[in-house]
Amino acid sequence: MYLTKEEEKILDGSGGEVPERMLRLLVRLGEIYGADKMIPVGSVQVAGVSYKSIADPGTEYLEDIAKQGAKVKVLTFLNPAGMDLENWEKLGFPKDFAKNQLRIMNAFKSMGIVITSTCTPYLAGNLPRFREHIAWSESSAVCFSNSVIGARTNREGGPSALAAAIIGKTPNYGFHIWENRQPHFHIKVDAELKYSSDFGALGYFVGKQVKDKNPYFTGIKDADTDQLKALGAAMAASGAVAMYHVEGLTPEADLVKKDKLETINFGKKELEETYAKLNTCKDPDIVILGCPHASLREISTLAEKLKGKRLKKPIWICTSRMMKEAADRMGYTGIIEKAGGSIVADTCMVVSPIENMGYKVTGVNSGKAANYLPGFCKQGVVFANIDKLIEVQS
Amino acid sequence: MKGRMISPGKAKGVAIVSKEPIGFYGSFDIKTGKMIEKGHPLEGKNIKDKILVFPCGKGSTVGSYVIYGLKKNNAAPAGIINKETETIVATGVILAGIPCVDKIDIDKIKDGDTIVLDADKGDVEIVKK
Repeated sequence: MYLTKEEEKILDGSGGEVPERMLRLLVRLGEIYGADKMIPVGSVQVAGVSYKSIADPGTEYLEDIAKQGAKVKVLTFLNPAGMDLENWEKLGFPKDFAKNQLRIMNAFKSMGIVITSTCTPYLAGNLPRFREHIAWSESSAVCFSNSVIGARTNREGGPSALAAAIIGKTPNYGFHIWENRQPHFHIKVDAELKYSSDFGALGYFVGKQVKDKNPYFTGIKDADTDQLKALGAAMAASGAVAMYHVEGLTPEADLVKKDKLETINFGKKELEETYAKLNTCKDPDIVILGCPHASLREISTLAEKLKGKRLKKPIWICTSRMMKEAADRMGYTGIIEKAGGSIVADTCMVVSPIENMGYKVTGVNSGKAANYLPGFCKQGVVFANIDKLIEVQS
Repeated sequence: MKGRMISPGKAKGVAIVSKEPIGFYGSFDIKTGKMIEKGHPLEGKNIKDKILVFPCGKGSTVGSYVIYGLKKNNAAPAGIINKETETIVATGVILAGIPCVDKIDIDKIKDGDTIVLDADKGDVEIVKK
């Protein structure tokens, strides 16, 4: 791997122990994956934020390097935390969990990281441009930025993303290189996709089959960014998809080579079978929306449906702090709370300790959440569209 | 034997060999270095100050932080030798500063061999069988 004089100096330790180990980590990972050089990144998003995910060893590591003066060089956002950082007490998050979560946030903050905690950084103030190299971690954010924005990132782990933020560079391999952004599968969609959950079901179905390869979709006539967010998130969870193309909708779809693709069909039958497969239970104790984090449009849609109603079961809608702020101003938060729901910021159901909060069956409209909740949170799952999930008192 | 440096440094110690991959998260008492994974060939053994030899890592990415935590508690192996170091172990040994070499024919190393590891050069020497 080619290294500049400046990079070699850092490896010699002349810039201190933290940059030396960070760059060594990036160079070694680059060598493992066949990178030719390091390239500058425009922004970073770091995973491994929830205390539930990184536990004591991760927390202590972050505190150690923060104490040693580690600072990030580029705009850096965070993955969701394990709780709402402001309303955790009211929402019933355990106290000892909160204490450790706040230690983690303080360590990140002292490194100059914006403690945003969202899986939708592109909606919250970290928006890369087309073809910009970035180093992001959260799998749905990676999939969205590669596919819908056309920025370039691999699926970074927590430590490698943090290293990229501190050095301001990432090794040049994988999705940074045009050849690796070409499609392998042609997904022919012949089903009406109306709800976000329909896109989630499609994503779950495709991810299972293509694993870490790139799908190229035809037959999706229209989709807004919320629906594309749901599609990518589900594929990244059931498989390890980091990039997809949709004919007519995503920026690189016209540019990639589309010959010799293996065909997969998705029709009404596959849609119905996927819904059936993802439903493991009936009667949810709680409904959680906003996986990935809800956009303002999704929050306003929920508020519209709940206006003047009273819910039978609690509904959470998870989002970033920035969207919550706008929802507060627009009165959406008030409407949702009056109906018996909550807007939960900074966290999500997958990384929060919901299994310790008395919930056993969760209703979701996200293919990603339906994929992870049984394992990570020991939850039974009801997977349905938003209209089926909302049950109001008569 | 000559391999590839993953993390620099030198170490000498007694080999503890696992034919099975090791996942660090949930598999070690981080305070003592004792292996606690049920049914693993190394269960009950201690890796502290040993030269830990195994084919490759597995499991949760939090394993990287566990390797770091073992080092901080003075319970880490003195060095690590792999057949193929994947990203979880590579990340862990670099963060922790534990000498590590891969691309070694680990079948040639037996439990109890004394090993001199010069990771800077990628050298693994069995000095006493």
